[in-house]
Amino acid sequence: MSATVAVIGASLAGLSAARALRARSYEGRIVVVGDEVHAPYDRPPLSKEFLAGTASLEDIALGAPDDEALGLEWRLGTRAVGLDRHTRSVVLDDGSELRADGVVLATGARARRLPGSDGLDGVHVLRSLDDAIALREDLASARRLVVIGAGFIGAEVASTARALGLEVTVVETQPVPLAGPLGADMGAVCAGLHADRGTRLLVGTGVAGLVGTGRVQAVELTDGTRLPADVVVVGIGAVPNTEWLADSGVALGNGVLTDARGATNLPGVVAVGDCAAAWSPAAERHVRIEHWTNALEQPATAAATLLGATTPAPAPPPYFWSDQYGARIQFAGARRDGDVTRVVEGSCAERSFLVVYERDGHPVAVLAMNQPRLFTRWRRQLRSAVPSAS
Amino acid sequence: MIPVCPTNALPPGEATRVEADEPIAVFNVDGELYAIDDTCTHQDASLADGWLDGCAVECPLHASCFDLRTGKVSGPPAKRPVRTHRVVVQDDMIYVLPHPAEEGAA
Repeated sequence: MSATVAVIGASLAGLSAARALRARSYEGRIVVVGDEVHAPYDRPPLSKEFLAGTASLEDIALGAPDDEALGLEWRLGTRAVGLDRHTRSVVLDDGSELRADGVVLATGARARRLPGSDGLDGVHVLRSLDDAIALREDLASARRLVVIGAGFIGAEVASTARALGLEVTVVETQPVPLAGPLGADMGAVCAGLHADRGTRLLVGTGVAGLVGTGRVQAVELTDGTRLPADVVVVGIGAVPNTEWLADSGVALGNGVLTDARGATNLPGVVAVGDCAAAWSPAAERHVRIEHWTNALEQPATAAATLLGATTPAPAPPPYFWSDQYGARIQFAGARRDGDVTRVVEGSCAERSFLVVYERDGHPVAVLAMNQPRLFTRWRRQLRSAVPSAS
Repeated sequence: MIPVCPTNALPPGEATRVEADEPIAVFNVDGELYAIDDTCTHQDASLADGWLDGCAVECPLHASCFDLRTGKVSGPPAKRPVRTHRVVVQDDMIYVLPHPAEEGAA
């Protein structure tokens, strides 16, 4: 049996992988390497409760009392800079090498930045704890916030800032926010929450650039409009952290390519979480999923693979949630354009509904706003329906 | 004692939420009644809206599992247990006796 497993990445996916290895009775050494100095913490509250100041660092810590018994060796504040496929050694930025019998790649993703925004104060992305602390401090003395990108992060930051009393404008290049994950109809319904609570939403509008010297003063749009801003948050997606693997021989695409069980093309190397693009038999392509639930669940399969299991991977339907303006949005399943949406409970106008996406008369995905009990039942139903549907 | 509902209003497999200093969720598992804190210790979600699976309830938001008999976490991401409360049935009415708050606890 392996003597050392190196887990590269110390967020939810890395921690879940370490827990899964122990749950599978792996008794060897586990070294967890994380580039942030912080012990694992939960990222979803960074745009919500933590940003609002109602959750503390202790509240969002991921470590549980039982984790002491896992006997993990932590190398925090240390970045992996290379992987030698022949010796299966991970090269660290302090110059040391970590020889391992098994490697879990869990380096996550980073926020995409707006070109030309470097070095301008008042411009933020939100991905890490340090990002959230910096943004929270900046929002405290700000009056006007412009959010670039009306995806989930952008919408949640806008919601939190509104509740803090700021004037908020959200700018989105697409004609309908969230059309990718939810479809145009439902994306429009969810985006309606902005107007409900007095956030200005500008759609179909590109950003030409940021205005200001030293500190941002405004966002200039492609139509020439200037939006005055004390703070700007850029929420335009995430990029997988895989550059350090460029010379490793591990197959890369939009992330580290793996099979459905988390195995990469290199023996003894698996990949999980936001950095991994796993083969999806249903979609017939590699899919990189950035959902929290995926980072929690997928490592169990990858850990089993690393320890030699070959049984088929369970594939629960993807699930994510978003809390905005007091509304709880939940989505599960795999939606495609052309799926038919049907309201089975409540109404969109009342901001309380459950919508089922159907393909050929079968449910393939479900979206709910403020309907957690019913949503749970549908999500369960989708889970049991998945094998026959694919 | 806090009145919950008539016994016939909470059939097996169902759950309900009652307001108290901290809201309480009451579950009927095949005729056995259990009461625990309603709010998940991970993040704000009502466990009465969760999925009942044997003597465990799964949080509707992130799927943390709690044992209804002990309040202990039986599945992550929750870290802390929920409190359990006594359930009393009198004259076909369900009541809960809230567990006294621990010293220093909110």
